Amino acid sequence: MRLITALALAAGMLLGGVGGVSAQELRVNEIGIESIEGNSKVDMFRPEKDQATIPRNFQKQPPLIPHSIKGYNITQNFNKCMDCHSKERADETGATKVAKSHYLDREDKKQANISPRRYFCMQCHVPQFDAKPLVANTYKPATKKGE
Amino acid sequence: MMSLDKFTPAWVKRIGLVTVLGLFVAGIVFWGGFNWALESTNKESFCISCHEMEENVFREYQNTVHYTNRTGVRATCPDCHVPKEWGPKMIRKIQASNEVLHKILGTIDTPEKFNAKRGQLAQNEWRRMKANDSQECRNCHRYDYMDYTEQGNRAAKQHPQAFTEGKTCIDCHKGIAHQLPAIDQHIGKQNDGAVAISHGEKPAEAAKEEEKPAAK
Repeated sequence: MRLITALALAAGMLLGGVGGVSAQELRVNEIGIESIEGNSKVDMFRPEKDQATIPRNFQKQPPLIPHSIKGYNITQNFNKCMDCHSKERADETGATKVAKSHYLDREDKKQANISPRRYFCMQCHVPQFDAKPLVANTYKPATKKGE
Repeated sequence: MMSLDKFTPAWVKRIGLVTVLGLFVAGIVFWGGFNWALESTNKESFCISCHEMEENVFREYQNTVHYTNRTGVRATCPDCHVPKEWGPKMIRKIQASNEVLHKILGTIDTPEKFNAKRGQLAQNEWRRMKANDSQECRNCHRYDYMDYTEQGNRAAKQHPQAFTEGKTCIDCHKGIAHQLPAIDQHIGKQNDGAVAISHGEKPAEAAKEEEKPAAK
């Protein structure tokens, strides 16, 4: 539990920018440690606007995020994604429900609620962008069974 | 002096012209001073002169759209937290004397203490905004003037629906300016028993009863 808490804290800080650092300020956390990123522009991107869903490239690809996620933080206190995508909220908000696989713990046992290991949505789900491949390639997704 | 005497009312003669003029000037000075004091305690610089505000809520707020955005129009603390109308403003200002007491007591004078109280403080403000139909939001954001075609897909869909259901801004837009307290979202055990967030489907009071200190 303590490890999870520590992990959650660390990742929460990374994802959420806890501590309210403005874009120009040097990143220094609460205990005075300077970020190794320095003043990198890693989170100074402009989030993509809402747009139609780009089809997935291969089977079991985590679905891409078809909407802006500007200011959507995932912290220890609150997971903004789950405010709409959790099974309790999805019907009202019209958001895609979290898949069943997210309820399995690492022993593949089904839990009543979302498994904490799935807490950080953006480990797998990223905003979609129609990026052209940097290098030409002949990648083709494996065909589905029966095709 | 005779002609002026004729026009002077009896009560002025009784207390004297100089006293009347003195009272008049004192009235201006008092009312002006009152308003000046009111206005100077209604500025962001006043709010963040307390480190409790400057180091916690103000810094969090600097990452949000109400502080920095494309056009540079911004809201300051009192724009959202102090009513604009005279009556409600006076009531809020008098209630704020409690905040002065807790400043002296040092109730939230460290980040740890502040975060332990965050749930309670947030709920106070949610309750206030729910009660006045998010008046401070609506001072700038008016439903009637919203152009849904300019809004994102999700906003354009949700806004008309929520207005029809009679929801108010704060029902959905919690935590847009400051970090949220621990919220029980039924994910793992981390925030089990923390504040349950309401989206307008149940009254804020019901959510309050479920509150438990989330500090671990």
